Amino acid sequence: MAKKLRRHVITMIATAGSGHPGGSLSAADIITALYFKVLRHNPENPHWADRDRFILSKGHAAPILYAALAETGYFPVAELATLRKLDSRLQGHADSKFTPGVEMSAGSLGMGLSFAIGVALAARLDSKAYRTYVLLSDGECEEGQTWEAALSAAHFKPDNLTAIVDCNGIQLSGWTRDIMNLEPFTRKWQAFGWHTIDIDGHDFDQILSACQEAEKIKGKPTVIIARTIKGKGVSFMENNAAFHGKAPTWEEAERALKELE
Amino acid sequence: MTEASTRETYGKTLVELGKQNKDIVVLDADLSPSTMTSFFAREFPDRFFDCGLTEQNMVGIAAGLAASGKIVFASSFAIFVLCRCFDQLRLCLSQPELNVKIVATHGGITVGEDGTSHQAIEDLALSCALPGFTVVVPADAIEAAEAVRMAASAHGPFYIRLSRPKTPIVYPEGYRLTLGKAVTMRQGMDATIIAVGIMVAKALEAVDILARQDIDCRVINMHTIKPLDEASVVKAASETGAIVVAEEHLAQGGLGSRVAQVVAREKPVPMEFVNLGDKYALSGKADELLQRYGLTASNIEESVKSVVERK
Repeated sequence: MAKKLRRHVITMIATAGSGHPGGSLSAADIITALYFKVLRHNPENPHWADRDRFILSKGHAAPILYAALAETGYFPVAELATLRKLDSRLQGHADSKFTPGVEMSAGSLGMGLSFAIGVALAARLDSKAYRTYVLLSDGECEEGQTWEAALSAAHFKPDNLTAIVDCNGIQLSGWTRDIMNLEPFTRKWQAFGWHTIDIDGHDFDQILSACQEAEKIKGKPTVIIARTIKGKGVSFMENNAAFHGKAPTWEEAERALKELE
Repeated sequence: MTEASTRETYGKTLVELGKQNKDIVVLDADLSPSTMTSFFAREFPDRFFDCGLTEQNMVGIAAGLAASGKIVFASSFAIFVLCRCFDQLRLCLSQPELNVKIVATHGGITVGEDGTSHQAIEDLALSCALPGFTVVVPADAIEAAEAVRMAASAHGPFYIRLSRPKTPIVYPEGYRLTLGKAVTMRQGMDATIIAVGIMVAKALEAVDILARQDIDCRVINMHTIKPLDEASVVKAASETGAIVVAEEHLAQGGLGSRVAQVVAREKPVPMEFVNLGDKYALSGKADELLQRYGLTASNIEESVKSVVERK
């Protein structure tokens, strides 16, 4: 399924002529695990009050989320071809106003963790059992608000919150370690008071077992540090910052789709 | 005139609302003793979250709570919650039209001695630039209580600006506010003063002085700056032929700009503006600052006289 979602990403972005393939491909296995194994959700009723919430903070990875939402039945798969087109429900960055299943409007980085804390605190106030998941990029951990949120999550202790960081190591203009180094990354989260789990973000079993472990942790939030490869699955996009925010040409898309068969 | 604190009224009204509705949740950023959300915190500790000095994070948490069905009041000083958090207000509240009420205290230069860093004088321009926001500046404590009640029962994002010092009471007890419907405080046919916030009381002072000089001036309290009561502006322009706009704000983007747009489009008449122009203010006592920067009854009086001459 992850391969299928990756193929959707390539086709969608090539059709749109713009978009961010790299960060969608790095998150593909995480999104697949969540939507097909972890989340309790009901595509026929996106507003089901007891659904687990998934918040995409790295809003530029909207294509992989749309692919998962379509394949799980929130809207027709054919609609994926309308990405970024005028009047499409599939906006360039994730948008809660138009797209069934999208919980938060995102795209300006660093805002999702705060939003997720609010959602998790609401569950606590209402004594609801749903769990809140939020997917961040490592690049957006350069935003100060992410660390404001990290502080406050450790303070308010929403143990019904699982954050996942898609650490693909690359941001728009190059390697994150060269632009604004985040390491030692896991130790930063630990110092902020989080339970941390380091995994390979392309290993399905590791993703699932990390999510299970997070559910058992009480009294503090959990962050899963998922080490990933930007552009994963397409050789010429892997670890290539050029494909952070650039659409493949049709010829490149065909090569990519062949690799993803 | 009797004076009362709009922020103390805010705190008390929140408690009243909290008793009526368990979905009301309040956030603050380490300023609850000043914004008076501390009253709510004492009464409903489970529904109060002090976010510390993380205002941008507070706006995000507010959005998440609102997206989960809560009616959220989030408070700080105007400068910190409105001016500092513009991008968060834009993408997390305005665009998704979430049910968060930003109630900011310490608006304008009457913050006083704390100086430029604490004086929000561009907050109305910024909040009015956010699609879907309702922007209210109450004229006194009675109207502040009403604005907070109305905000709680209306869906969507709000910005309500309150003051630091006590302000004169201009309404009788029992006054009921209708959002988006301006209040004619005085009838008059020679000119109209459209004012907001603390400038309403100053406008009422000015009309008494003007009356003694045989200038019969109307006063409109435009408590809801957005959406603007355009009909009352057009009526004032048509009937009195001259308009003065008074606000504790920079010249650009606030009430003056909004009224001028309507006047220019619907019924062009001479206008004058009483505001802070295009500069920051200094530290000082609130009254000294109002004098220094031209926000007094006599400034309004002068503007009315010159606008009437231009008719």
